[in-house]
Amino acid sequence: MENTSTYQATATHDNHGGGTKDIWRTFWILLILTLVELALGYWMIGMSHGWLRLTVKGSIIILMMAKAFYIVAYFMHLGSEIKNLIMTIMVPLCFLLWGIAAFLYDGNAYKRNRLNYDRYKKEASKTKVEQKAGEKVEEKKPGPLEQ
Amino acid sequence: METTAIAANTKWWNGGKSPFNVEYGKLMMWYFLMSDAFTFGAFLIAYGTIRFSSASWPDPNEVFRSYPGAGEGAHAPLLFVSIMTFILIVSSVTMVLAVHAGHERDKKSVAKYLVWTIIGGLAFLGCQAWEWTHLHHEGAWWGRNPFINADGTASTTNFTNFFFTITGFHGFHVFSGVLINIIMLIMNLTGVFERKGHYLMIEKAGLYWHFVDLVWVFVFTCFYLL
Repeated sequence: MENTSTYQATATHDNHGGGTKDIWRTFWILLILTLVELALGYWMIGMSHGWLRLTVKGSIIILMMAKAFYIVAYFMHLGSEIKNLIMTIMVPLCFLLWGIAAFLYDGNAYKRNRLNYDRYKKEASKTKVEQKAGEKVEEKKPGPLEQ
Repeated sequence: METTAIAANTKWWNGGKSPFNVEYGKLMMWYFLMSDAFTFGAFLIAYGTIRFSSASWPDPNEVFRSYPGAGEGAHAPLLFVSIMTFILIVSSVTMVLAVHAGHERDKKSVAKYLVWTIIGGLAFLGCQAWEWTHLHHEGAWWGRNPFINADGTASTTNFTNFFFTITGFHGFHVFSGVLINIIMLIMNLTGVFERKGHYLMIEKAGLYWHFVDLVWVFVFTCFYLL
């Protein structure tokens, strides 16, 4: 209870550093970042697989993180909280970085293994199908592996 | 107790005072949002893992190519979803303006901006409802996937399962956010905050609403762009 009363005493004085001008500035930044993302997305349509496509995807992810930063730091005012609060939120979230690295690596390894050792998957990954909306392709059971 | 707290004013970790200089409810909202971030993070990582383990994946530009009023042959990738993104960003701005008006104890402006935020939330939900209905008519649902992979091979139902689960979970958050904002609007109009002397509740509702927008940034990128 004591905590709330001490906070409320200061609550009126803290505007969290900014008037409506800062809010609109953040809005324009978010809008421009989104438009750049969309432009990259359009550019990527029909682009062949390769380093260029990967670079564009990487840039989109960087833009996504920038947008997340602006929302959290300015709209949610985390940037103007004291450092202890920032740390108590951001440090545990670093756990997700491990999750992304470990799981995506594992997913990729699983794909490579399946395409190398599972004959059915290997064939399916090369067989083109014609499929219209509403139709369902019969799933074939994978046959026994031949050495 | 009281006096020691004041004496130790600048020493945050000496006890008797919150080391975070925020109100209890706001701190708990942050912790809730952190746990929610883990939930969404786990969902998106699971989606990424399955996508990385698949030889090919449906092309989002082929799947999400329509908009309301368009015919069968519509081909406008990214158009409708960018409108949805825009709606959510704008509603985030009106929410932060409501929070700002709350700091200045301006009851009328708080009400005005909350109404705009609620309208934005409902518009987003409407867009999502249209998109789900459209995809459902095309034969997509949990366990059903009419879209073939980008390289022309047969796809699995992983794509639709993840899409409907994650956008559904996000849509549910938007829905609860709209409900929370409606409650805030009613409390504001009946003068609850005026009597309390502060508008900190608006700030907490605002945190939740911005989090919903934040999650959409990730969902939008992972499902529609990449």
